[in-house]
Amino acid sequence: MSGDGSAPAARVVGASLVYRSRRVLEDVSLEIPAGLVTGIIGPDGVGKSSLLALLAGARAVQSGTVEVLGGDLRRPGQRRRVCPRIAYMPQGLGRNLYATLSVAENIDFFGRLFGHDAAERTRRIRQLTAATGLAPFLDRPAGKLSGGMKQKLGLCCALIHDPDLLILDEPTTGVDPLSRRQFWTLVARIRAERLQMSVVVATAYMDEAEAFDRLVALDGGRVLAAGTPSDLLERTGAASLERAFVALLPEERRGSAASGPVPARTDHGAVAIEARALTMRFGDFTAVDRVSFSIPRGEIFGFVGSNGCGKTTTMKMLTGLLTPTSGTSSLFGHPVAASDRETRRRVGYMSQGFSLYGELSVRQNLALHARLFGLPAGGIDERVVEMIHRFDLAAVADALPERLPLGHRQRLSLAVALIHQPEVLILDEPTSGVDPVARDAFWSHLVALSRDQGVTIFVSTHFMHEAERCDRVALMHAGRVLATDTPAALMAARGATDLEDAFVDFLAEADGPAAPADAGLTAAAGARRAGPAAWRRWFDPRRLLSYARRETVELVRDPVRFVLAILGSVILMVAMGFGLSMDVDDLTFAVLDRDQTITSRDYAHAIAGSRYFVERPPILGPAELDRRMRRGEINLAIEIPPHFARDLARGRAVEIGAWIDGAMPSRAETVRGYVQGMHAHWLARRAREAGLGDVTAGPARVEVRFRYNPELESMVAMVPGVIPILLLMIPAMLAALGVVREKELGSIVNFYVTPTRPLEFLLGKQLPYVALALASFLLLVALAVTVFGVPFTGSFTALAAAAGLYVMAATAMGLLISTFMRSQVAAIFGTAILTTLPAVSFSGFIEPVSALDGVARAVGEAYPTSHFLIIARGTFSKGLGFDDLGASFWPLALAVPVLTGLAALALRKQAR
Amino acid sequence: MRPGNIGHLGVKELRSLLRDPIMLSLIVYAFSLAIYAAATAVPETLNRAPIAIVDEDGSPLSARIAAALYPPYFKPPAYVTQQQMDRRLDAGLDTFALVIPPDFQRDVLAGRQPAIQLNVDATRMSQAFTGSGYVQAIVDGEVRAFVARYRAAPAPPVDLVARPRFNPELNQSWFGSIMEVINNVTMLSIVLTGAALIREREHGTMEHLLVMPVSPLEIMAAKVWAMGLVVLVACGLSLGIVVQGLLAVPIEGSLALFLFGAALHLFATTSMGIFLATVTRSMPQFALLLILVLLPLEMLSGGLTPRESMPDLVRYPMLLAPNTHFVTLAQAVLFRGAGLAIVWPQLLAIALIGAVLFGLALRRFRRAITLMT
Repeated sequence: MSGDGSAPAARVVGASLVYRSRRVLEDVSLEIPAGLVTGIIGPDGVGKSSLLALLAGARAVQSGTVEVLGGDLRRPGQRRRVCPRIAYMPQGLGRNLYATLSVAENIDFFGRLFGHDAAERTRRIRQLTAATGLAPFLDRPAGKLSGGMKQKLGLCCALIHDPDLLILDEPTTGVDPLSRRQFWTLVARIRAERLQMSVVVATAYMDEAEAFDRLVALDGGRVLAAGTPSDLLERTGAASLERAFVALLPEERRGSAASGPVPARTDHGAVAIEARALTMRFGDFTAVDRVSFSIPRGEIFGFVGSNGCGKTTTMKMLTGLLTPTSGTSSLFGHPVAASDRETRRRVGYMSQGFSLYGELSVRQNLALHARLFGLPAGGIDERVVEMIHRFDLAAVADALPERLPLGHRQRLSLAVALIHQPEVLILDEPTSGVDPVARDAFWSHLVALSRDQGVTIFVSTHFMHEAERCDRVALMHAGRVLATDTPAALMAARGATDLEDAFVDFLAEADGPAAPADAGLTAAAGARRAGPAAWRRWFDPRRLLSYARRETVELVRDPVRFVLAILGSVILMVAMGFGLSMDVDDLTFAVLDRDQTITSRDYAHAIAGSRYFVERPPILGPAELDRRMRRGEINLAIEIPPHFARDLARGRAVEIGAWIDGAMPSRAETVRGYVQGMHAHWLARRAREAGLGDVTAGPARVEVRFRYNPELESMVAMVPGVIPILLLMIPAMLAALGVVREKELGSIVNFYVTPTRPLEFLLGKQLPYVALALASFLLLVALAVTVFGVPFTGSFTALAAAAGLYVMAATAMGLLISTFMRSQVAAIFGTAILTTLPAVSFSGFIEPVSALDGVARAVGEAYPTSHFLIIARGTFSKGLGFDDLGASFWPLALAVPVLTGLAALALRKQAR
Repeated sequence: MRPGNIGHLGVKELRSLLRDPIMLSLIVYAFSLAIYAAATAVPETLNRAPIAIVDEDGSPLSARIAAALYPPYFKPPAYVTQQQMDRRLDAGLDTFALVIPPDFQRDVLAGRQPAIQLNVDATRMSQAFTGSGYVQAIVDGEVRAFVARYRAAPAPPVDLVARPRFNPELNQSWFGSIMEVINNVTMLSIVLTGAALIREREHGTMEHLLVMPVSPLEIMAAKVWAMGLVVLVACGLSLGIVVQGLLAVPIEGSLALFLFGAALHLFATTSMGIFLATVTRSMPQFALLLILVLLPLEMLSGGLTPRESMPDLVRYPMLLAPNTHFVTLAQAVLFRGAGLAIVWPQLLAIALIGAVLFGLALRRFRRAITLMT
């Protein structure tokens, strides 16, 4: 197997990349030979992932040339041609997998995207899972797999379409050594079956890189060196690749020479940390299973194991963050309890991922922790300055940690953990992602703490050469400790030359025999390979349905989104229906009757007899009137003047005062209207009784006919108008969330690197939400008719047909909005505002569109809600059907393709 | 519980907030522009209502009536036929349609009291209700004025003088601006505390706090006082500068009493924010839940429509929400000038609700953090 003579699998010339105003790649040129394994090495943040994303076509080329498998990735046509031949596994355990989908569902989804039929998919799922040992776990959700299993599943998904170039971004980071070996064995077997396949791997493990055919070392976005591993060793004269990498760095960054041997420990005798049969269960999952160990004072004790093996959980139990299900732990002989403040003062904890307050400066972070640990106020400044100097943070003391390089953040985290001079230090993966130079410096701090100050250090790691520096290590796997001893003793026990071999041996013993390896991994000669025609077509309904199926399954398994989708509109309808109601009754009133005659009482009775008013005890004087109105006890006070009856009889002008509580103007308006109506009624009655005829009547009468809603009930008016608003907001929000969620979680990369077309992706996403919105529509109509008592008078078929078109337009609008939103929170609030504002203000909900001018009018005419609102009111209250409302259907029908088309045009097929 | 820790942690919250430009601009916006917009954009009762006229009389009087319907209350009337009128009402083009019968002017002058028919599209509730009154008054006025040239009309014997108190002109912006302040107090206090808690959990700094000699109660109390203080100050400034200054809304009662009520309300709503944050797993879930909680809270508390109009099934459960009492208190204090003697039941209710919410949130918070993995 050699790349000589043949064309390279990929060639990069002068590629630079700027991401969020940071230069990630700087004039990178390299060749990836065909048929070989090329490793990209370097610590976190040097540009490895960006380079691989460029090669996979997931990220757009900004400058320079990127040619993969003979196609220029800057050209969309060529990219579409070569992308189906590339498989890409992005960084992060299971980042491109769907956590709520099972193993089989995940592979099945990718199989559908590449046009395999049902039989072929079943065959491949069986074959791939058999070969990777995942067969017993077909129904387990991907989110609940161990790190190693997730990576194997990722590989299965990547291999479903027999790629010619396999791009793996840190596929083994955080995976236990046995799984790591199994992973590489798998890759080797695939390569043996598909000789022409090239592999590009990014890795932070230098020992792993030694086995690759060629290496490219990156630093600060530039290529440091390229060549075979032996080339690099030779060129630098280093013994290991790790040393070679350090030697390749510019001189000022190499740091002090390699750390020397760890000095011997003097025995302090006392036990600092002790755990007895610690067990932690989450539901039916046992995260930590009867773990016991005892750490003497001043020892550096290492916890070695993969991600998710229970290291972090154990550490959290020791710090009191978690209360164990059973078992005991003690620090300095005191049992660990969540409420024990004194023990906490003796412990320093550094959590995974260097969690610091990003919004506080380095100095403020240190000072806050000092205060919270209750250091004497006078000594805090001094202590902070001391730590800043000791950990070489003076230059960045006032900077925000978020903007610092990982190495600085690591030192700051350690400084924070040490601010109160703890006797025990618990460090959870303190060196992951940090470059070798910073790692060495970090370890020399740890050694000094242990040997000079007698601090007990409990550190977890998944790097074997770090474990080798510990006094003793515990090998942990699947919640259990497999063995605890000094590294030398562990190696001796298994007759291994290094700790990794020893660990693998322990793991193999614990796991039983390795997975059966007889099944082939790639399509065998006789197997059908999906023809190019299947996935090169412009539009493939199978891919669309594949996305729709997956979206549905994910939605159903996400309780909050699902409840919102089903009940959200119902809850909001109840709120809006009652919240917007204008009917007011049970208004309170009282009378200040200064006349106290039959006539004045008759007047008061006229009001008390109304169904709108409830009478309260009479008012006795102006002071009481003021007091009771201020208290809000009465909404209306009627003041009948003295000599009311007498003046009335004599035909003198009389004034009755109606004091209305104006604190809430809309209620006051209603009260005024009611009172005036009743006053007029009383006058008319009196005139009739006096045989005077209708003196109040004018020369002409106005007969008011309230059409469609003769009783003037607000519910009848309001509810059919609320339905269009709700059917817009929530479906649009959910559809937008469906896309933006993938952007945030990273699975959007599957859309970038598979042959899926934007329209297939969007329509697939849209379909489930259209169905849900229709269900929600039926629910809303049922609610309107039953709970709110709104009569339905027109054609339901017409309303339902319009609702179908309308929710398609609404979800399309959500998709359009999603194309320019990055975060889910922005999508939620952005969609809510962008959709409801025009719907409420410009679509005829409050004022008819015909009453608007200018921009508002134009928006109102074009907005789908205006047209659906007319149809909703027409069918609900006006007794109309298709014939009468035809004019409102056309704009709706037009909005669907226009909005969907715009969304498809705006959706990018690559990250930028 | 150590007050020192609560203080330090609260200062940390304030510092974090100072470095968050998005939240800061949201606070500034919510208490300035949003208040101003909400107060001034309240639609006046009748604005450019579309009206059609079926004029079967064609007399000077009918022309006079049509000419009296003009902007800003009405759009210039459209002259249509009877059939067109029905179609236009069906299609929602017009809200009102006035049918002036043949020989209308002649009958009026002859004292036969003829009837004009006013058709109203009653699916447009607010316009229909107030607008029909306007149209009636205008028609009546025009006809009377027309007739007055021929004979005098009798004055009504008893006049009813409506005197709205506390807001004599029934200016919508007075009420609207205060309610918007209250809504934004509720919204921001929930968002600020909830988001701060979720962010700490997502960044892993919550764990850090918990391994220190700091109790969950201290962490929660710090968030409550810090975020509550920010919103309280913003609310006070907004009342002084935007409401009293820019919008010139007279405030009759004691601002101090209102702010005291607001502080109690903030105790309740910040606790609610923490509670909501503990029942959700991520920021997006929190945001979705927020919409489902906030909208009903604001719409049903009596700040939008009178509580008298709500059915008992909504009205009584809403007494469990702090907003309901705060809205009542705000109306009493700010407009009616009510004092402590009048609003103490509201203050007590808010304090009780706040204490219960705080207790619930603390319990959930303790549970949620021990289950964090």
